[in-house]
Amino acid sequence: MAEVVLRNIKKSFGPVDIIKGVDIDINDKEFVVFVGPSGCGKSTLLRMIAGLESITDGELSIDGKRVNDLSPADRGIAMVFQTYALYPHMTVRDNMGFSLKLAKVPKAEIDRKVNEAARILKLDPLMDRKPKALSGGQRQRVAIGRAIVRNPKVFLFDEPLSNLDAALRVQMRIEIARMHSDFDATMIYVTHDQVEAMTMANKIVVLQGGIVEQVGSPLELYHHPRNRFVAGFIGSPTMNFLDVAVKGVAPEGITIELPGGDSLTVPVVAGATKAGDKLTLGVRPEHLQEGSGDGKLTGTALVVERLGGATYAYVKLDNGTMITAEVDGNSHIKVDDQIQLGVRSETCHLFAADGLALAQSARHPLADVGRGNPGAH
Amino acid sequence: MTTLAPASSAAVAAKNNRQVDTRPLLWPSVIVLFLWMIVPLAMTLYFSVIRYNLLNPALTGFAGLENYTFLLDDPTLWTSLWNTLVLVGSVLVITVVLGTLFAVLYNQEFPGRNVARLLVIAPFFVMPTVSALVWKNMMMHPVYGLIASLQSMVGLQPTDWFTDYPMFSVIVIVAWQWVPFAFLILLTAIQSLDSEQKEAARIDGAGPFAMFFYITLPHLSRAISVVIMIETIFLLTIFAEIYVTTSGGPGTATTNLAWLIYSVGLLQFDVGYASAGGIIAVILANIVAFFLVRTVSRNLQQG
Repeated sequence: MAEVVLRNIKKSFGPVDIIKGVDIDINDKEFVVFVGPSGCGKSTLLRMIAGLESITDGELSIDGKRVNDLSPADRGIAMVFQTYALYPHMTVRDNMGFSLKLAKVPKAEIDRKVNEAARILKLDPLMDRKPKALSGGQRQRVAIGRAIVRNPKVFLFDEPLSNLDAALRVQMRIEIARMHSDFDATMIYVTHDQVEAMTMANKIVVLQGGIVEQVGSPLELYHHPRNRFVAGFIGSPTMNFLDVAVKGVAPEGITIELPGGDSLTVPVVAGATKAGDKLTLGVRPEHLQEGSGDGKLTGTALVVERLGGATYAYVKLDNGTMITAEVDGNSHIKVDDQIQLGVRSETCHLFAADGLALAQSARHPLADVGRGNPGAH
Repeated sequence: MTTLAPASSAAVAAKNNRQVDTRPLLWPSVIVLFLWMIVPLAMTLYFSVIRYNLLNPALTGFAGLENYTFLLDDPTLWTSLWNTLVLVGSVLVITVVLGTLFAVLYNQEFPGRNVARLLVIAPFFVMPTVSALVWKNMMMHPVYGLIASLQSMVGLQPTDWFTDYPMFSVIVIVAWQWVPFAFLILLTAIQSLDSEQKEAARIDGAGPFAMFFYITLPHLSRAISVVIMIETIFLLTIFAEIYVTTSGGPGTATTNLAWLIYSVGLLQFDVGYASAGGIIAVILANIVAFFLVRTVSRNLQQG
């Protein structure tokens, strides 16, 4: 199939720069997810790969060929839209065969390909219906079928599951992931839903404000976020950030003073950091537990949300900072209780004043594991 | 559930008791509308079966179907029916085709689009008599007309449009007036076309022509059927344009059914004869309306 290479891609609408120079390498048969907050340019980037938006500057190549100026139909891509974008006056069969009909493929050949796609997607009983007689999930399936029939080098998905209900979304997520392994196709998937990103991707591209914040495997982003934005964006509930002062620097890590006076040595590469510097400590809610760890934080629980398996406690620390902790579902904590939270040093992240993370001394063992290629690297 | 059942059925009963028969409240409107329709229809029917000529008051009495037999034997009736058909058909084709093309064109982004759209719609705001006068005296006049002066500029003999091509001229005027209507309806329809659908078609390899025929035109089919229905109802009774320009002539070249009824009733003052013509027009209009409403409602249900 095909690799997709973006080199210094830029997009401007008049004086407004939407995409500010993006470099991404997408390998053959990879499942890449573009994720970011709304307005970050992820959909624009996908539409530029599709050829629906012109490329202001930079170079885009698919399968080793520069495609900047090719029309969408000639790029060897197929796209699945958020609103499905089926042709309402055509039957499912005609919808799926439309691209082949335009390409003047013989009728028998069209039928063969359409029936093949229908069989894969279990659409056989629906082939003569119009889109309006289908449910949301079925329409999504037809849209995917329309993409499969074109036999593209690269599949593009633009938030394809946003219009489905939660149960169907999980089901379609699994189907798309399975489709990826069945077809061995390169897929680029845009979403704002980090669960979709984490579960489906081999490689996640986190975008913000038209620039790439980080590219990496899902667990690499989770355990080794490059900066504060990625750390806050990946993971739910979002990471807690605390202002801390450096007490000492040693080869095994940086010793910081937690709010409340406790000391904690975080195993990171100190670099130019020295005692007295101000840093930001990042610790995920799921890495805080009641009791004591390597260091402790104390405060008052203002809100307690019980989800059954886990309990979210929104805690006001004694210095006034709000943090979130995911404590055990069987915890007896109540609103207004005093609570002591333990921090484990190896789960902590430290961010310098410019937002960049200080590199961790030890790489997480799963950081290079993606879906579908267990044990690679 | 069982304990709730009696309570809820009691509530339903109470609601039924409260319900009053609202039909009498509709009667005033229904009666007014019914009279509005039935009185002129009954009078026309009555006039059509009596001898009633304003120029000959002595001629009275029941005529039976005499007016109708005279009318059906009159070749002018068949000419006028054919003319009506030609007029309505041609104007429909011209307005739908031009309206669709304009709608596609003016849906594109270009500087001054709003002004251009306004100019396309403008003819719709001109009264039929005024537009007919403008066309007659300023556009198609063989001496003072714009077309004549353009023709003489390139050394051609100016055409006397209303003498040489009377029906064509009337069709041009009426079509000019009705293109804006088709344009307006079709433009709003085209704007509701999902942009992702067009993008999907682009990825599927649709060029401008395939896009128009496979995506845009099917999307417009409902709007086009609405345009055809509404225009047909108005075009069947075209009168002012003919009155101002050709007066049904030369001969009967531009006599449609409306003009025929007018000329028999109010130029020859044969009320009975004209009423018979009126009844035929009513029957024709009903036949057309029956088919149109059926087609359109089927189209609308599909969508």
